[in-house]
Amino acid sequence: MILYVISVGLSVTMGLMGFINLAHGVFAMAGGYVFATALGRFGVPFPLALLLSFLLVGAASTLLEKTLYSRLYGAPELAQVLFTIGLIFMAIAVARAIYGTLAAPVFLPGYLKGQVHVLGRDFPTYRVFLILFSALMILTLWFGVERTRWGAMVRAAVDNRAMAQSVGIDTPRLFTLTFALGSGLAGLGGALGADILPVDWTYPSEHLAYFLIVVAVGGLGSLRGPFFAALLIGIADTACKYWVPQFGAFLVYAATIALLLWRPMGLFGVRR
Amino acid sequence: MPFALETRKLCKSFGALTVADAIDFRLEPGARHALIGPNGAGKTTFVNMLTGRLAPSSGAIFLNGEEITTLGQAARVKRGVGRTFQINTLFRELPVLDNVALAVAERCGLATRLWRPAGTHKEVIDEAGALLAQLGLQPDALRRVADLPYGKQRLVEIAIALGMKPRVLLLDEPAAGVPSHESTRIVEVLQALPAQIAILIIEHDMDLVRRFARRITVLAAGAVLTEGTPEEVMRDQRVRDVYLGELHA
Amino acid sequence: MIAHAGGYTVDARLRWQEALPWIAALAAFFLLPEYLALGARILVYILFALSLDLILGYAGIITLGHSAFFGLGAYVAGILGAKAGVTDPFLQLAAAGGAAALLGVATGAVILRTRALTLLMLTLAITSIVLEIANSASSLTGGADGLSGVVVAPILGVFKFDLFGRTAFLYCLAVLLVAWYAVRRVIYSPFGAMLTGIRENATRMHAIGAPVYGRLLLVYTLSALLAGIAGALLTQVNQFVGLNVLGFEPSGELLVMLVLGGVGRLYGAFIGPVVYLIVQELLAKEFPEYWFFGIGLLLVAVVLFAPGGILGLADKCLSLLRPGSSARASAR
Repeated sequence: MILYVISVGLSVTMGLMGFINLAHGVFAMAGGYVFATALGRFGVPFPLALLLSFLLVGAASTLLEKTLYSRLYGAPELAQVLFTIGLIFMAIAVARAIYGTLAAPVFLPGYLKGQVHVLGRDFPTYRVFLILFSALMILTLWFGVERTRWGAMVRAAVDNRAMAQSVGIDTPRLFTLTFALGSGLAGLGGALGADILPVDWTYPSEHLAYFLIVVAVGGLGSLRGPFFAALLIGIADTACKYWVPQFGAFLVYAATIALLLWRPMGLFGVRR
Repeated sequence: MPFALETRKLCKSFGALTVADAIDFRLEPGARHALIGPNGAGKTTFVNMLTGRLAPSSGAIFLNGEEITTLGQAARVKRGVGRTFQINTLFRELPVLDNVALAVAERCGLATRLWRPAGTHKEVIDEAGALLAQLGLQPDALRRVADLPYGKQRLVEIAIALGMKPRVLLLDEPAAGVPSHESTRIVEVLQALPAQIAILIIEHDMDLVRRFARRITVLAAGAVLTEGTPEEVMRDQRVRDVYLGELHA
Repeated sequence: MIAHAGGYTVDARLRWQEALPWIAALAAFFLLPEYLALGARILVYILFALSLDLILGYAGIITLGHSAFFGLGAYVAGILGAKAGVTDPFLQLAAAGGAAALLGVATGAVILRTRALTLLMLTLAITSIVLEIANSASSLTGGADGLSGVVVAPILGVFKFDLFGRTAFLYCLAVLLVAWYAVRRVIYSPFGAMLTGIRENATRMHAIGAPVYGRLLLVYTLSALLAGIAGALLTQVNQFVGLNVLGFEPSGELLVMLVLGGVGRLYGAFIGPVVYLIVQELLAKEFPEYWFFGIGLLLVAVVLFAPGGILGLADKCLSLLRPGSSARASAR
């Protein structure tokens, strides 16, 4: 589910702006670090720390977008790929310099630790919390996209950018806003998941494949797609680890390949 | 003697939208045939189906009597179908000569030669050069396509198609976007094309159509409205209605 | 962003400048004997970069999965040398190249029908799979510890791999020479021109009757073969192979090296690794964080300001000095 939160922003960014942003994991990592630092070093309460990770990463990404990303919107794919790889390298260097090589420690508040008894089985409280939170987020996002004007504009622009622009939608501002939202969500995801996916300096490159898989399988530009993709991957991953542990992530990759060949646009992809 | 190109009840729909409606079309060998119709009538879709870029929903296509409905683009090119695009689809960063040479090499089966340098394949280079000379592009042979004026690029588009030595040539708005002082050159080139090639051109420029075509097919809303000589078609009231003033009388 | 050598209008004969890299290599051999290990590594990466340039610079396929072929070749050579008792260096190279080529055909057949992001993603998935396999099959591959004790018999029965790396260096140089010559011929051939056509405008290539998919598969396999040989060379030189030849990092690094030198220019694949590895050798030991940061920054700067890499910049400088010369990039 964390994968979903992190990747949904990527799906929209890629679908909307046609920009291959491999550095998306950087935002997740940043969020994780902000969260861990706020929680651990400054004793900020849990919900506030989450909010902070969302806002700060969103703000930082806005800055990046205005100064750097926007220059490459029309650029060939290779340039975008290289640029974002460069960003990854820079970010992980900074992360390593500031935080060293150990994973950022996360101290969960007492009310989220332990187990909770649901439907006759025990589940770790935090996981339940995550599921509920993600569900809430999905609803909010869905509401935001399907019902609000902003959502309509995003959908229009994803569908046909030139048309949207000529109708008077301010695409550059829309991009910036959406990018910030997507990156902020990534930060939030990184923060939320910090307990399960430890945040260390290799975070963006290590999980790069997974983020891309979720987005590609789910379909670029869609919001539901990454949800189902993340769900599928999560289930597949757990199932594989349970039944055939020696294969680990192998089957997930294989399944991804199979699925993408069957549906190159992803499950819910928007045709560009 | 079989038709150079023939379609029988060719249909294409995207969901509920029908863009080609049971089109029966015949192109004679050596034809000078024009396809006209208002915007959105489905002309380019039709050509895309002829070349294999788009698969029809139903119906059949025949090339010199042989059915080619299920063949891919490469196979149709081998059998002699050549086309130009409405919007220039050229190798913009490459020299003009290379643009044509690539087509010639492909046709001669030399494109997969791995060892001898391309520059030593005299047959390809000479033939490409001859085609350029035919179209008056010889002085520009070494220039990058992107550096040429639009009208000349349009000519390169035609040169590439000729490099395939097609038996059927489909020209999609060859004069589109070309300023009027350059379009006479294109008309001259079209009129000088070898007589044995069957040519179908899609055009909006009725002046060009009148000078070039011996037969015209009118397409409207995906279906054939009428077909005949230029005089017959121009006089047809339905054609005038459908165009509603788009025709330059 | 990409210039190109080759085509029908270019003179393909060897120019005297093309002897420079080899002269430089021989000079390094005689003048810098302490750095031969680094030198051999550079040569291996030049070969690796050449293989990537074939598909990236010429066919225009963006891939992050090239390390799969490199790693597979490395492990095949390693396993043959350490476990299977096959110690002839040329046999190891052949097997590595063959295995990589097979993987290239198998994966290429599947992924070359897709484009852009999907393709990129699939290449990453494939190299991740190979990494996973290498990691788990530890009885064969040594797992996370790597495979040591790779035995390589003396070349041609005579030249033993000595401690100073002299044999290794010359061996790599010889293999690179052969590979370079082959790649150069391909680039200047009609096939090379056709690849450029695919990169420049695939729609047009389809329209002139080129079976694009089949051609791409051919060059992808060729590229995989070369990458596999490069990987095997690395194993032979180090007599060791570890997991660091697989995954995102080697692919990413290679991409940086190639872009740094200049994509699609044949010699960009020479300059890139030389500059990158030398700078890495000098700086990375001292300042590991700054090194990565510097590379990232360099990459961003290259993308924004100097898309043609070092050779591209050199071209620009040359054309400024000689205002009468044509705007077309010289086919270096």
